Amino acid sequence: MTPDAAEVVIGTGEAVAFWILGPVALAGALGMVFSRNAVHSALWLVTTMLSLGVFYVIQSAPFLGAAQIIVYTGAIMILFLFVLMLVGRDSSDSVVETLRGQRVAAAVLGVGFAALVGAGVARATEGLAVIGLGDAGGDGNVTAIAELLYTRYVLAFEATGALLIVAAVGALVYTQIERHPGSRRGQKQLSRARFLTDDRPQTLPGPGVYARANSVAAPALLPDGRPSAETVATGVEAQQVEQMPRPTGREQLGSPDAALGTMDPAPLDGPAGDRR
Amino acid sequence: MTPAYYLVLAAILFTIGAVGVLVRRNAIVVFMCVELMLNAVNLTLITFARTTGTVDGQIMALFVMVVAAAEVVVGLAIIMSIYRTRRSASVDDANLLKY
Amino acid sequence: MPAEGLLAASWLLIALPLAGAAVLLLGGRRTDRWGHLLGTATVVAAFVLAVACTVQLAGLEERSADVELFTFISSGQLDVTAGLLYDPLSAIFALLITGVGSLIHVYSIGYMAHDPARRRFFAYLNLFVAAMLLLVLGNSFVALYVGWEGVGLASYLLIAFWYTRPAAATAAKKAFIMNRVGDVGLAIAIFVMFAQLGTTSYAGVFGSVGTLAGGTITAIGLLLLLGACGKSGQFPLQAWLPDAMEGPTPVSALIHAATMVTAGVYLIARSAPIYDLTPTARAVVLAIGALTLLIGAIAGCAYDDIKKVLAYSTVSQIGYMFLAVGLGPAGYVAGLAHLLAHGFFKAGLFLGAGSVMHAMNDGVDMRRFGALWRKLPVTFGTFGLGYLALIGFPFLSGYFTKDAIIEAALDRDDVWGWVLGGVAVLGAGLTAFYMTRLMLMTFFGRARWEDGVHPHESPSVMTAPMVVLAVGSVFSGALLVSVFPLSGWLEPVFGEPAEAAHVVAPALIGLVVTVVMLLGVLAAWLFVGRREVPVTAPARVSPVTRAARNALYADAVNESLFMRPGQWLTRALVWLDNRGVDGAVNGLAAGLGGTSSRLARTQTGFVRSYALGMLGGAVLVAGALLAVTSG
Repeated sequence: MTPDAAEVVIGTGEAVAFWILGPVALAGALGMVFSRNAVHSALWLVTTMLSLGVFYVIQSAPFLGAAQIIVYTGAIMILFLFVLMLVGRDSSDSVVETLRGQRVAAAVLGVGFAALVGAGVARATEGLAVIGLGDAGGDGNVTAIAELLYTRYVLAFEATGALLIVAAVGALVYTQIERHPGSRRGQKQLSRARFLTDDRPQTLPGPGVYARANSVAAPALLPDGRPSAETVATGVEAQQVEQMPRPTGREQLGSPDAALGTMDPAPLDGPAGDRR
Repeated sequence: MTPAYYLVLAAILFTIGAVGVLVRRNAIVVFMCVELMLNAVNLTLITFARTTGTVDGQIMALFVMVVAAAEVVVGLAIIMSIYRTRRSASVDDANLLKY
Repeated sequence: MPAEGLLAASWLLIALPLAGAAVLLLGGRRTDRWGHLLGTATVVAAFVLAVACTVQLAGLEERSADVELFTFISSGQLDVTAGLLYDPLSAIFALLITGVGSLIHVYSIGYMAHDPARRRFFAYLNLFVAAMLLLVLGNSFVALYVGWEGVGLASYLLIAFWYTRPAAATAAKKAFIMNRVGDVGLAIAIFVMFAQLGTTSYAGVFGSVGTLAGGTITAIGLLLLLGACGKSGQFPLQAWLPDAMEGPTPVSALIHAATMVTAGVYLIARSAPIYDLTPTARAVVLAIGALTLLIGAIAGCAYDDIKKVLAYSTVSQIGYMFLAVGLGPAGYVAGLAHLLAHGFFKAGLFLGAGSVMHAMNDGVDMRRFGALWRKLPVTFGTFGLGYLALIGFPFLSGYFTKDAIIEAALDRDDVWGWVLGGVAVLGAGLTAFYMTRLMLMTFFGRARWEDGVHPHESPSVMTAPMVVLAVGSVFSGALLVSVFPLSGWLEPVFGEPAEAAHVVAPALIGLVVTVVMLLGVLAAWLFVGRREVPVTAPARVSPVTRAARNALYADAVNESLFMRPGQWLTRALVWLDNRGVDGAVNGLAAGLGGTSSRLARTQTGFVRSYALGMLGGAVLVAGALLAVTSG
C-alpha cells in the first residue's frame, strides 16, 4: 500500500473485526448450505447477514448497515420464516442427490469460480488506495445518500418505488385463492351437509376422565363394559389405566327397586353386546 | 489488511451461495442462497464505495436491497402457489420445462 | 392441286360421323330411341359422299386433291396445317371404311337390338369411323397420328364395350397398351421427320426425304414399321388382336378385320417413297409379314373359339399384305387389292360368325356347334362364299389377290423370292386347313349343341349386309385385278406399274396354289370331317398342337421378355427409391432427429441443471477475462 495524501489507513481494530466476523460470516454461509432443516438454514443466514451488516457499518456505510439489519435480517428473513412455516417446515431435504454428478460438478465449478474471481480481484485491487468517504461515511452518511438519491438517481428511485408496488400487487395476485361468486356455502348448506352424511352429527362423547379415572387417556366405557375409542382425544393413545371398579350387582348397589317401586330388573341382566 | 480482503470474502460468499443454489432442492433454501449471493455483491459495492470515496456504490447497494425485497415478495408468492398446487416445495418436482 | 367442288367438301366425310358421335354421346338417353338410326345415317351419308368424291376424283386429270382446312399447330418452326389429301389411295380406303362401315352399322341395328347400351355402341362406332377417315384422309403424318390415336381410343372403348366382364376390360387394356408400343415408334418417326426435314406433311416429307442419310431413312422406316406392327397386330405385337375379340362381333368385323388393323398396311403403302429408299427396312417388312403369316395360320389351326380362329386368320392375312407391300412397287397394288378383298370377305365372315353366335346364345365354342347349315341357310350361304373367297377358291376374290402377291414375290427372281413365295403358298394351304376345319365344325357333322339352344336364322337387317358382303367377296377380286384394275387407279400414287417379267407363269402359280389349297381342305376333312368331333378339346395332343393352342407362346414370350424384366426393373427402382433416395433423405432426417433428441436430453427440466450450466458459463467468462487481462 503506497502512502498517499487522501489515503485512509485501515486500522487494527477493523482488522480484528474482520478476522472475527469474516469467519463467522463464512460459517453462517456454509451452515446455511449444509443444514438439512430449512429453519436452521434461515438462522444460519441471519448470522451471515448480521456479520455483513457490521461490515457495512465498519466500511463507512452506517445507513446501509442499519438497513441490512432492520430490513434484511428483520423483515425479509422473517418473511422467509413465515413461508417456511406455511409450506416447508417439515420437509427436510433428503441427502440423496437425484441429479447425477450435480454435487461434484457444483463443487468443482464453485471452487474454480471462487479461485478465479478471488485471485482476479486480489490481483486487480492489489495496492489499491483507500480514499475513504470522510464525513459522508460517518454522521453525514444519510444526508450524503439522500442528496444523491433525490438528485442523480431520482429516476431510478421512482422506478424502484413502482417496482415495489407491482411486486406487492403481484404477490397478492399469486397467492389469492380464487372463488367463484356463490361457491361459498352458507350455514344452511353446511348444516344440511353435516346431517346428510353418515358421520355422527352431534359432538363426540366426552372421555371418561372424571367418572372413574384421573387420566385423559382413560376411555369412557360403554354400557356393556367395553372402552369407546371415540371418547379419547385425538393425539392421545388410549391405554389401560387404573379405574374404579364398576358396580356390577344388586348387592353393591343396594336395592333401588324398593325405593323406585316395581321396576323389573330383568333388562339389566340382558346379554352383553346387545346394546350396539 | 486491504479492501481486497473484503472482496475475496465477498467472492467466497457469492460462490457458496451459488453452490447452494446448485445442491439444495428446497425452493426456500435455494432462495436464501440467492439472497446470500446478493449480499455478497452488496459487500463488494460498499467496499468499492469506500475505496473510491464516492457514495454511489452505497446507492447501488440500496437499490439492490430494494430489488431483492421485491424479488423475495414475488418469489415467495410463486413458491406458495406452486406448493399449493403440487404440495411440494422441491425445485426438482417442477421439471416440466423440458424436451 | 387444290380441291374444287365436291372434293372441297370432303371434310364432311369426317365431320358427319364425328357429329353423329357427338350428338349420341352428349345427347344422353334422349337419343336412345333413334340413336342407332342417326349413327347409321351419318355413315351411309359419308359413304354416298365418298362415292361422289371418288367419281369426281376419277374425272380429274391429276387425280389428287388437297383440302386446306386450318392451321392446326403453329409454333416456331413447327407449322402443321390441318388438311386433307384426297387421292386414289385414300379414296379406296375411304370407300372401304364407309362402305363396309355402313353395312356393319346396319347389321349392328339388329345385332345390338337387345343391348341397353346400343346408343353408346353406335356413338363409339361413329367415333371410330370419323377417326379412321381422318387417318386415311389426312395430308400429313400429324393428321395421320391424330386419327391413329383416335382409332386406338375407339378400339379400346369398343373392345371394353361390355366393360363389366373382366375378360373384356383386360383385353381392352392389353390392346391399348400393345398399341402404345407401336404408337411410340410412330411418334418418334414423326419427331425424326420434323427434326431432320422440318415438316411433317406428306408432300414435304416425300419431296425431301432423299436428302437424308441412309441410316436416318432406315430408322424412320423401322419406326414407322413398329407403329404399323402395333396397329395391325403383326409380329411381335400380334398378341392383342385375338384377345380383342372380346368386343361385340360387329366391332370385330369392322375394326379388327376390315379397317383399323389394315391401317398399318396403309401407313407403309403411303410411306412408299420412304421405303423405296431403304431396302433394309423393306426387308424387315418382308420378314415380319412372312413370319406373321405363318404364326397366324398355325395358331388359327388350333383354336376352338370361332372368333379367335377368324382373328388369327386376320393376323395371317395382314401378314400377306405386309409381305406384299414389303415387296416394293411390284407388290403395293397386290397388297392393297388383297386388303380390299379381305375387307369384304373377312367382314362377311365375322358377321356370319356373329349370326351363328346370335343363334347359339352367344356361344363361341365350335365344339358345341355342328350341323347348322340346315338351320341357318342364309348365314351358311354367305359364310360359305366368304370361306371360299378366303381360301382362294378359283375365280373368287382371294384367288386373284393372293395369287397376285405370290406372283409378285416370285418375281423377285432370287432365293428370297422363292422362300417368300413358298411361305405364301404354305400359308394358303394352312388357311385352307383351318378355315375348312372351322366350316366342318360349325356347319356340318353332328349337332353338338348345348341344352336349351334353339338355332334360328337372324333377322333380315342382319342377313342383308351379309349378303352384300358375300357378293363383294365373290366378285371384288376379279373386279380389282382384271375388270377394273387397281393398278391403273393407283398409278398416280405408285407410278406406272412395271411390266414384270414373270418368272413363273401366272397360270401355273394359280394351279399350284389351288392344289395346295385342295390339299389343305383334304387334310381338314381327314382330321376333322371324317370322325366325330369331341365336345371337349382333347388334352393329350402333340407339342405342335399345344404350341399352336398357345398361339406359339406369344403371350409367354411377351411376359418373360418384357413384363417380367419390367416388373423386376420396377421393383429394383422401388427398392432403390425406398432404400437409396428415401434412405438418404430419411437417414439424414433421422440422424438430425436423433442428434436433436440426444441433445434435448440435456434439457432435463431440472432448474438446478440449468443453473449449473450458468455457473459453468460464468466460470468460463471469468477465466477468459482473467486470461485476457493478465495475458
